[in-house]
Amino acid sequence: MQLKKLIASLTLVSASLVSIHALASETIKVGVLHSLSGTMAISETTLKDTVLMMVEEQNKKGGLLGKELEAVVVDPASNWPLFAEKARELLTEAEVDVIFGGWTSVSRKSVLPVIEELNGLMFYPVQYEGEESSKNVFYTGASPNQQAIPAVNYLKDDLDVERWVLAGTDYVYPRTTNKILEAYLTSLGVAKEDIMINYTPFGHSDWQSIVSDIKKFGSQGKKTAVVSTINGDANLPFYKELGNQGINSEDIPVVAFSVGEEELSGLDTTPLVGHLAAWNYFQSVETDSNDEFIELWRAFTKNPERVTNDPMEATYIGFKMWVNAVQKAGTTDVDAVEQAMIGQEASNLTGGTALMNKNHHLSKPVLIGEIQDDGQFEVVWETESTVAGDAWSDFLPGSKDLISDWTAPVKCGNYNTQTKVCSGQKF
Amino acid sequence: MKPIITLIYCFLVSLSTGLMANDLANNPTSLNPQTSNELRLALTQVKLKAMPPLLMQIKQLEEQQALPLFKTLLAGRLYYVKADKRLIQMQKKGKERHYFSLETDQPLSELSKNQVKKVKLNNAVRRLLKSTIAELELNHPDPELRQAAIESLLKNLDSKLIAQLEQRRSLETQEKIRELIQVALNLFQLKTNPSPAKQIEAIEKLADRLEIPVKNQLTQVAENSIHPEVKQAAIRALTKIEHATNRYALVDQLFFGLSLGSVLLLASIGLAITFGVMGVINMAHGEMIMLGAYTTYVVQLLMPNHIDYSLWVAIPAAFMVSGLMGVIIERGVIRHLHGRPLETLLATFGISLILQQLVRSVFSPLNRQVFSPSWMTGSLEINPVLSLTLNRLYILAFALIVFFALLTLLRKTSLGLNVRAVSQNRNMAKAMGVKTGWVDAMTFGLGSGIAGIAGVALSQLTNVGPNLGQAYIIDSFMVVVFGGVGNLFGTLVAAFSLGIATKFLEPMTGAVLAAIIVLVFIILFIQKRPKGLFPQKGRAAE
Repeated sequence: MQLKKLIASLTLVSASLVSIHALASETIKVGVLHSLSGTMAISETTLKDTVLMMVEEQNKKGGLLGKELEAVVVDPASNWPLFAEKARELLTEAEVDVIFGGWTSVSRKSVLPVIEELNGLMFYPVQYEGEESSKNVFYTGASPNQQAIPAVNYLKDDLDVERWVLAGTDYVYPRTTNKILEAYLTSLGVAKEDIMINYTPFGHSDWQSIVSDIKKFGSQGKKTAVVSTINGDANLPFYKELGNQGINSEDIPVVAFSVGEEELSGLDTTPLVGHLAAWNYFQSVETDSNDEFIELWRAFTKNPERVTNDPMEATYIGFKMWVNAVQKAGTTDVDAVEQAMIGQEASNLTGGTALMNKNHHLSKPVLIGEIQDDGQFEVVWETESTVAGDAWSDFLPGSKDLISDWTAPVKCGNYNTQTKVCSGQKF
Repeated sequence: MKPIITLIYCFLVSLSTGLMANDLANNPTSLNPQTSNELRLALTQVKLKAMPPLLMQIKQLEEQQALPLFKTLLAGRLYYVKADKRLIQMQKKGKERHYFSLETDQPLSELSKNQVKKVKLNNAVRRLLKSTIAELELNHPDPELRQAAIESLLKNLDSKLIAQLEQRRSLETQEKIRELIQVALNLFQLKTNPSPAKQIEAIEKLADRLEIPVKNQLTQVAENSIHPEVKQAAIRALTKIEHATNRYALVDQLFFGLSLGSVLLLASIGLAITFGVMGVINMAHGEMIMLGAYTTYVVQLLMPNHIDYSLWVAIPAAFMVSGLMGVIIERGVIRHLHGRPLETLLATFGISLILQQLVRSVFSPLNRQVFSPSWMTGSLEINPVLSLTLNRLYILAFALIVFFALLTLLRKTSLGLNVRAVSQNRNMAKAMGVKTGWVDAMTFGLGSGIAGIAGVALSQLTNVGPNLGQAYIIDSFMVVVFGGVGNLFGTLVAAFSLGIATKFLEPMTGAVLAAIIVLVFIILFIQKRPKGLFPQKGRAAE
């Protein structure tokens, strides 16, 4: 009996909620699809707050198209199938005009069919492995040629690295990135025996034998570096083991693609000092807009120590561009906004401007920083100009002839420049 | 010892430079760019790229006196005052930063974080500093520093350095260091002497050395030498070195296995009591470990200036916290579910979720920073190819101590007697006047408390976050089931054999496949022997 009552009252409550929503439809709705619980909550909660902050700022400026912006936050709980369900819920029930969300590649892949079916619009703010271009998604994080390839170039040219350890966590992003890197290194003439590839499970914590292998691999007289796509949690034990086994950043530098300010803020950074990371943004870059952004963020989170990171900048750029595109299109209609997005410019927090290309990827500068003992990065290298994100890698046999171009006349996510055919496969 | 030496050096430097500093301050127009003070001032202004030549200039001018400056810089502790560009040193005590004069080590308590800036450095500068410090320390009174200096210089020998080394050899009293210098001289001879006879002579002398530069040089000779007899000699020497290296690699692997085994033992030993002895399937066991790790974090927060001792406080504290939580869970939930394993499993799984969310809400979902005490970092170097990391070594010893302490507790004390009695035959024990309820609570508390202690040890190896326990719960069950439920010794054997098996598999198959192979093996093993390695025998088994 009680259960029935409960269900009845719940239905009543939700019905009334829906009707409230229906009444207040004079707002533009911004969906936020980031995990607030589960393993990815560590990283994604920050991005949820970033979107909320941007919405609040935009409303202070008078909203958008004369309407107030309203954030609709859902929690996909680090559960990949739930990402698809929550995306559907956002698009059909809350009827949001845009979604900011996703972190892991598998979460994005799970949202893709839904967002294409319902013709939604999503901004994905995290560095990823590429090999994808959807009409309904804008990728504001780095693709491999905006992070991995420049990092390898830096190691090769500036540090004279000749032997390479590609170490990663065992899932799609590291596997694809390492495949691209391996192809790239081979094309540069690096011999097979000078590349060591290693995968470890999620959250791996016993690095003894792997680090000992790296040590052996690196003590053959040739300068060696580790290119790390090791994911979040497994990093601290990895660096600790490196330190304990006496490997330091001058002998064998580690360049990481998943270690940022946020990840370092909970760590004892002593064993990491001097190791490298490649990103498009570092909190330590001193520009007026960055200072302003950091101040805003700290005020919003009411935490004077709070750090910023690269996916936050990607969210920031994506949001700014979306606002401009909506203003340009004069509507929030997905097709109109999608076309208005291409060619949008927004200033980077690190100086210069980011440009949205025809393939829904950004042109951004690439920075390489050394980890400092306060958990910040000291920029040691940056690209001279911006680098355009590549949806399809030029170094993989299957994708080197593919391009993505969402403008007329091509209008295709994977157009083969050789056969002049759009395969129609979207992802 | 080191800080005292640094202090003495600082004092000497201050005597020599203090007067000059006054001069400069009074008469800034007469700056000579070659004075050491001017160079030091430049350190605060140059870009990173200009730093190496500047440092070389300082080295040439100041020689030994530059050592404290270089060491402070290398450690990332060199700061300067923004206002007057005066170089100072920073020392961290826990989270607080304290500033001292570089020359006199006087505390500069008036300075705050905003008034100073760090002198930046990168890997290129670090590398240069290391080799420069090594060169300057060739004649250091401390033999350990001398040895380390020569070892790091082996990589790039030149004739100037060789002259210095030869000079040093005539003065050197330590046999080990004389040998090391000899290695350097032989290495240099092999590299530069054109005569094949001399080269072979050098190779033969180097054949029993394990230093990595020796091996690299020999490999190069074996590949590139134009004299076949030199080539042969180099290949012979290399095989000899290879054999020795492989022997040590085996020892290394065994140590890795033991170390992984000790972690497994620590994580599962508490479960061996709650699950093995009491028969409660406790899915919240991992969270007891997590609570122990968070206790370590809180203890370090409370005593930020005594990180080195914090673990000694954290061990009993973690035992209390997790043990108490265990007693509460037993009294509050498990007691009511006695004899219903399925419900117990679900209830404890729920408790584990509640505890995870609890620390997420209280401490934030981010990982927390637990410091390693200084005595637990670094490694025990036995020879150039074999070194055992200290934190693993301590944890191995600690796991064994905990295990045998627990074994004694169960075998020799009255609590242990009661625990065994209740676990063997509850009703009979009750009839004999044993307070079974109390014994249950104490046993569960004991198992949980030991999980808490494991958390203290794990906080030194892995991340302290809400998911810490999840990572170990499956392994723990695996070890206990494999070893034989209810048998503590079985747990010990199972933990170490799984650890060693994993570590011997890993280099061959990779970490992912190794884990799978071990799991498959255990599944097959349990099919064959459902009661594990050491099944309980007799009536108690039923």
